[in-house]
Order: sequence, then structure tokens, then C-alpha cells
Amino acid sequence: MNEHRIEIVVNGRKRTASVEPRKVLADVLREDCELTGTHLGCEHGVCGACTVLVDGDAVRSCLMFGVQADGAEVTTIEGVAPGGGELSDVQAAFRDCHGLQCGFCTPGFVITVRAFLAENPRPTDAEIRSALSGNLCRCTGYQGIIAAVRQVVRQRTGLPPGAEPPASDIRPPSVPVAP
Amino acid sequence: MKPAPFAYEAPTTVSEAVDCLASHGEEAKVLAGGQSLVPVLALRLARYEALVDLNRVGELDYVRREGSTMVIGAMTRQATIERDPTLRAAIPVLREATRLIGHPQIRNRGTLGGSVAHGDPAAEYPAVALATDATITVIGPAGPRIIEAADLYDGPMSTTLAEDEILTAVAFPVWCPGSGFAVREMARREGDFATVGVIAGVTLADDRISRAALALFGVGATPMRFRQLEGELLGADFLAVDPTDFGETLAQRLDPPNDVHASTAYRTRVAARLVAEALDAALDTARQETTS
Repeated sequence: MNEHRIEIVVNGRKRTASVEPRKVLADVLREDCELTGTHLGCEHGVCGACTVLVDGDAVRSCLMFGVQADGAEVTTIEGVAPGGGELSDVQAAFRDCHGLQCGFCTPGFVITVRAFLAENPRPTDAEIRSALSGNLCRCTGYQGIIAAVRQVVRQRTGLPPGAEPPASDIRPPSVPVAP
Repeated sequence: MKPAPFAYEAPTTVSEAVDCLASHGEEAKVLAGGQSLVPVLALRLARYEALVDLNRVGELDYVRREGSTMVIGAMTRQATIERDPTLRAAIPVLREATRLIGHPQIRNRGTLGGSVAHGDPAAEYPAVALATDATITVIGPAGPRIIEAADLYDGPMSTTLAEDEILTAVAFPVWCPGSGFAVREMARREGDFATVGVIAGVTLADDRISRAALALFGVGATPMRFRQLEGELLGADFLAVDPTDFGETLAQRLDPPNDVHASTAYRTRVAARLVAEALDAALDTARQETTS
């Protein structure tokens, strides 16, 4: 069998697996690491549902083979919450702002948003939309998702999203719904 | 697992990579960022006996200045090019074009060399290379050689690289002060390949155009330069150039594809408009450069 031994640190925990080269990282995470939070939608790089962090960068885990991640650090949706039963601020904002309905695309969005806000803590609405353009959602119509990102920006910076003056092309969301 | 099985090679140096590729012959394919190749494999549009992965070849990941060119290693990620401050100052058009490639997740993996070697006729980097008069370095068992961007493509997704050659670097000439470039493209959705794309570049000397470049992508089997029309711009006072007229003239020489994304007539109209916008913007930038 044409298999390669790989070692990946996933969400801080070292994992080893024996994988065929053709097995994409998403399948390695789901099947070998049994972390099924990473979802596969299109499996050819269009939908963004499988987005994970590899060495800190958001990538599509369906467009990278597991063997290529040997030695890398991977963060999946299972690794973003601060503790059991808790939500990260990005996850909580998605809940508060109705940023999800069926939830299938949500892991990819949350990872994308996490990486985006780490690099650009005070994005404009146009930048938020551009950053989300690689993730497809068929339920929400995106407005709730954009509102969620804006909420995180407000919470983290104490300021409304956007450079001065805030260039807002959408109405700010109403007060977040209490959980 | 959707792709067909393949053997996987992960060389760590260029010479190892050349040997790997040679040993597998034409049944092997070079894997760069994988953002085009992996979908092709997943959809089984192609299959290879072996993939030679360049992702661990560290010596192909660099940006450096060599005289009057910026040389970029083939495995430099698009995201790196987008952020590099030296490149931003020296070849601003490269960053502008990079931001139109796919999405952030794509640019974090996608590479310069992969995009140039893949040669999608609607992709940005091949057109940037063509417009800036870049040169491409490739290496095979017989050693390295240099290919002019104008000689690189001989059909859609087809290059003049031999089966056993690997693209190692692209050298972008830094255009002299007083130059301006602009990229304009129309895509159905942000991040999609261009329905039509245009790169325009001009250099102004004493308000007259001393150098001009115009490359279009998405309108033919390969990215296209329009040297005869560029020649007509040379020596012209920048105020005397009518970008709209120029766009109309250029569009008359096009015979763009007619497909599900756009008809020939539509692409022609879009091209006329985008050429006008890109030329106008390039002239503005060049003008600002000369007065600043």
C-alpha cells in the first residue's frame, strides 16, 4: 500500500496517521483524527466550508493533501473555543446575529473570520465582504454573517468597524439578541 | 478520496526535484500551491502516476532585487507577494493583480510559479508577466534556461516548458520612474477567473508616452499583447490620448471566446470599456509619478 506516515499537531495535540498521498487534509482530519467539525462541501475549492488554519494561515483543506501537512500545526473549528461548553467571540457573534441557519458552512466561516480579524482587526465593510468572498452560505443571505463580524470588531476594539470615517454600505445590526 | 492514486515525491532541493521529475518521465506532474491542480485531480480531469511536490523546496521561496529587476521564486505564495513592501513599491501592478486572484484562502496556498506555469488564459499573473516584459527561469536535466514571457504560452494552459523542466523564478523588470500601471477585470463573482481582464502600463517622459504595454486576458487562448497598438501610443502627448477611442480600436481586433460565461459580442464590449479604464488609470498614475 502506498501510504505515508505523517505527524500533525491539530489544535495543540500531536496526531499521527498513515495516509495515502491522495487523501486530502480535510479527510485526514475527519477520518483519521475523528474531528468531523471540518465540513466538506464541494471538495474542489469553491465553497470554503473546509477552511482550516495551517501554520496560522486560512486554507482550503480540500486543496491540500494530508501528506503535505506533515509537520504542520493545524487549527480546526474544534480548536477555537476557549473551553468545553464555551464559545469563542466569533462563534458567539454568529449565534447572536443569526449568522447561521443550517450550520454546514459555519466552521469554514468561523475559521476564515478568525484569521481575517487577526490580520485586520478594524476592517471596513468592503474588506469584510471581500474576506468572506471565498465562503459560500446558502441559508443566511450573508447579512447576518457580516453583522457577526462587525459585532466581533466592536467588542474587540470598542469601536465600530471600519477605518475613519466608517464607510458603511449596510445598516448596522440592531442590538444583538441576548442568548 | 476523489483523486486517482499517485506516487508522492517531496524533494527538498531544486536538483532533487529535477531528478524526481526526470525519473518519472511524462507521467509525473509538478505540484505547486495546488489550487488549480488539486481540483483537476479531484474531478479526475487528469491523472498522473506521480506528483512532485515543490512545497518543501525552500530555495524557491524568495523575493529579491537583482539590478533593475525583482526576482521572485516560483514557490512564493500569492499572499506573500500581496504583503511584500519591497514588491509593492517596485512592481505595484503585481500587488494590484494579486488581490484579484481567488480568495484569501487560495492566495495563502497559491504560488507565483504555479499560476504562471499553469497558464490559465484568464489568470492574472501570466498577463502581468507578459505586460511587464518579465522573464521566466526554468530548469531541467540540461540545466537552466530563460524564456521571455512573450514566448511562454503556446495555447490554453500550455507552455513551452519541456515535460522535464520546472519553472523556478520570474524576473519582473522595474519600470523606470514616471511609469504607471493599472489592472481592470470583470468577473461574475469576486475571486472568479476574469471574463475579461486588462493590464495597461505607460511611461511618461516630458508628458509624452515613451513606453507602453497592453495585455489582455480572458479574451483568447493565451494572454495577449497588442504591440502594434502600443506603438501608436509612443510619442503621443498624454493629454492627446483618448482612452475610449483606443479601447474601441483595440476591441475591433479581438475575437474573444463565445462560451457559457459570456458571448463574443459581450466580451468585446467589456474589453473596450476595460481597456479605456485601464489606460486612463495608468496614464493618471504615471502622471502623478512624474509630478510627485
